Amino acid sequence: MLDVKAGDEASFELLLHRYRTPLVNFLYRMVRNREQAEDLAQDVFLRVYRAREDYVPSAKFTTWLFRIATNLALNSVRDNRYQKLEVSIDAPVTMNAEEGDERPLDIPEKHPNIEQHLVEDARKKMIRHAIDKLPEKQRAAVLLHKYQELDYAEIAKILSCSESALKSLLFRAYESLRVELAPLVAQQVRNQG
Amino acid sequence: MSCEKMESRIVGYVDGRLKESERLDVEKHLVACAPCQLRVEEFRAVSGLLDELPVIEPSPAFDARVHALVAAEPVKQSWWAWMRISPRVAFAASTLLLATLWLGFYQRQQPPLPWGNPQVADEQMMQDLPVLEDHDVLSNFEPLKELPPPVQAEELSDAQQQM
Repeated sequence: MLDVKAGDEASFELLLHRYRTPLVNFLYRMVRNREQAEDLAQDVFLRVYRAREDYVPSAKFTTWLFRIATNLALNSVRDNRYQKLEVSIDAPVTMNAEEGDERPLDIPEKHPNIEQHLVEDARKKMIRHAIDKLPEKQRAAVLLHKYQELDYAEIAKILSCSESALKSLLFRAYESLRVELAPLVAQQVRNQG
Repeated sequence: MSCEKMESRIVGYVDGRLKESERLDVEKHLVACAPCQLRVEEFRAVSGLLDELPVIEPSPAFDARVHALVAAEPVKQSWWAWMRISPRVAFAASTLLLATLWLGFYQRQQPPLPWGNPQVADEQMMQDLPVLEDHDVLSNFEPLKELPPPVQAEELSDAQQQM
């Protein structure tokens, strides 16, 4: 980032290349809409570019980056909460973006593993639904902890809370997920045993 | 260690992020606490389920859109950069500055004007008075003799003739 600050365009390109996938995934899991997640990720990069001259390396770059992303995501989730109620019943049903681009739901072709495929789909849908049901701050804490592998101090800075408050957030989030995913959890524990 | 204290460490224990001493404390507690042991297994299962979500790739146009947004940003220039691209303004400003300095210096060289101080001005006026009231100079001033007599004097001579 210091190279970007010095006007090195290639370094900005490097940042874009390195962080676009983690950012898009984090934002997608926060807002549950691929197009919106990409728009937000672009906004994050634009803000990084705008702030390059004033950037002071007081914290790790990833902490700063995900702090911007988390704030944008939380604002977007709060703005969308009421819009979701206004979705038209004529709107096309879409699959989730994790299986490719969002596309209209169609009947799957005959396939030897079709049953297995449907079971896996249902399982992923259940996991996504459980994450969606978490309060925004708990969701952000889980996503940053689990998928970005940031340490407690970094996540606490991103979420503007203490480390002990973060540990409490994570515990409550895992508790909610444990209850919400009880059938899958039981199955998993049986398999582990 | 109590079960309540486990709450702040269990997620870190499941993901292997505890310090060595904390990990040993947790394991010591787990040996004697079946409910916490079950919770650890269930949290581990939750963590495993979260791993099942696939990673999505940004769309191919993502980078191009970021580049377009960055390119559309107005170029931020410093004050000196503004001076660099406008030499005429820089020249005009420096000329004005030099002129101001020169005027200031020139005025300091001039003697003080008398009307600056009322007392000095009065003294100057008193010194000039003799020149203004020098009647000898005025009465012997040749060009004045060539002037026609005043109108009032002509009227008086006409009246005397009529009488």
